[in-house]
Amino acid sequence: MAKRIDVSGLSAYYGSHKAIDDISMTVEPRSVTAFIGPSGCGKSTFLRTLNRMHEVTPGGRVEGKVMLDDENLYGSSVDPVTVRRTVGMVFQRPNPFPTMSIFDNVAAGLRLNGSYKKNELAGVVERSLRGANLWDEVKDRLNKPGSGLSGGQQQRLCIARAIAVEPDVLLMDEPCSALDPISTLAIEDLISELKERFTIVIVTHNMQQAARVSDRTAFFNLAAVGQPGKLIEIDETDRIFSNPSVQATEDYISGRFG
Amino acid sequence: MSHATTGLKDHRPAPAPAARPSLSSRSLPRLAPLGFAAVSIALGVGVSLAAGWHSRTQWGLLSALIFLAVSYAVTTAVENQRQARDRLATSVVWVCFLVAVVPLVSLLWTTVSRGVERLDGYFLSHSMAGVLGWEASGGVYHALIGTLEQVGIATVLSAPIGLLTAVYLVEYGRGALARAVTFFVDVMTGIPSIVAGLFILSIMLIAGLEPSGLMGALALSILMIPVVVRSTEEMLKLVPNELREAALALGVPKWRVILKVVLPTAIGGITTGVMLAIARIAGETAPIILVVFGNQLINTNPFAGEQSSLPFYIYEQYKIGEVAAYDRAWAAALVLIAFVMILNLVARGIARWKAPKTSR
Repeated sequence: MAKRIDVSGLSAYYGSHKAIDDISMTVEPRSVTAFIGPSGCGKSTFLRTLNRMHEVTPGGRVEGKVMLDDENLYGSSVDPVTVRRTVGMVFQRPNPFPTMSIFDNVAAGLRLNGSYKKNELAGVVERSLRGANLWDEVKDRLNKPGSGLSGGQQQRLCIARAIAVEPDVLLMDEPCSALDPISTLAIEDLISELKERFTIVIVTHNMQQAARVSDRTAFFNLAAVGQPGKLIEIDETDRIFSNPSVQATEDYISGRFG
Repeated sequence: MSHATTGLKDHRPAPAPAARPSLSSRSLPRLAPLGFAAVSIALGVGVSLAAGWHSRTQWGLLSALIFLAVSYAVTTAVENQRQARDRLATSVVWVCFLVAVVPLVSLLWTTVSRGVERLDGYFLSHSMAGVLGWEASGGVYHALIGTLEQVGIATVLSAPIGLLTAVYLVEYGRGALARAVTFFVDVMTGIPSIVAGLFILSIMLIAGLEPSGLMGALALSILMIPVVVRSTEEMLKLVPNELREAALALGVPKWRVILKVVLPTAIGGITTGVMLAIARIAGETAPIILVVFGNQLINTNPFAGEQSSLPFYIYEQYKIGEVAAYDRAWAAALVLIAFVMILNLVARGIARWKAPKTSR
């Protein structure tokens, strides 16, 4: 289960444009690491390099190494499909499959991978929905379409879908930015529970959220528009928010930025 | 600094309550356009009669123009310029709608009213075997069989090719090859049906093949493939990228993402597109004349021997020039329209049934 991620010298490109430059960091297992920084600084791009989703974008390519325990995700014999089964992802906007019911949405990962036993499926779906704190709300309408749920429920459905395939790492790209405060609270509670089992990386624009949910925080910044984003510092969340070692971090956190 | 200390006075005029117009103003009653229509039709007909015009088209166009002018003028006088422009735009839309609908309704009405005279079980279940042109018997069975088989084979050939081409263009196609495929699909869309027929005919002459339903189906495929590609491509582009990413992030291989997520999400639109393509080729006559050749007898084998088809049958009956033959042509036209209509209804049904569900 939960694995350590060790990134070294990672740069990502869109065509000839360099989006992030030479990032090295370690993400501890069974912890929550938050990425903060201004828009366009490459947080999401970096997150997407951690499960090889970056290269899905036309023109996307990556240089450098991402070690998951002792395996390089960008090794020549590594299949990106296998990587994505190990490193799951939750997106900014809830995106349940519109043709599928709630049950089918959660079962989608297992069904589409073809690696499941029929009699286990119901158990996995219930466990995942309970894991996402959604079971009590949807247990009576599992065969209704997933798109009929509210935004917050849809996002928890997507989390249930992501954890149903039992990944080692869960990446979350601003999972609460489209949600109201109550749904946000539900997701944050969920993140605190999920970190017992998974390594969690979360991108957020909400600094209170980073302070609330994360154990470690990484601050990204870019020198100017059009320049590649860089990792400024990564440290214990308490230290980043009370006594950061770089002035830019303090400026950003205190709102004095720019 | 405040005004009091500097002695500056506020010279801005105080907002005058009287200057602001009341929020409500004079307006025409809701049914006013109907009145305009009645007045302008009366005027149009009156002027046309006075001028001695005979063409009903002229009457209609004159009434339409008077309608536009009257509604603009009256609205300007009673309401205001902005409302009048709004009314003018609405009226233009309505007039265009009527201009488009009148021929359609007229066509349907004529076909139905003249087609029902001969349309019955006998007509649908008998061929033209041994029937002379002026005799009021015979039927459309052989042509119906021909159309069903030719269109069926053409669909079986074109739908998979078109679907796969569209999947390639949307999901995989990059660079020169994709651009070339798009270009040739566009070119194929513009091929006149007679050229598609000539193409197959030339192949038949080179390869020494005999006319048959299959040859017709091949010519129809040439016409159908680009339509299927185009409509499917548009439908696949409508599938949000987020769904593809969500599935990819679950560790699903790309081909399964396309098969299990992208295609099911778009299946309603794809089905409609295929059905519309079928409707288009079902009415083609030119390639059938060239490569299927026509037949008075029932030939249920599409792979050997000449066949007939509904559009060909209509053309053939019209050429005979007898009253009985005209009746058969109208009845066959009604059968063809009904065939296409049923296909469209089926397509809409499938689209509604398969469309992504949003209800709670």
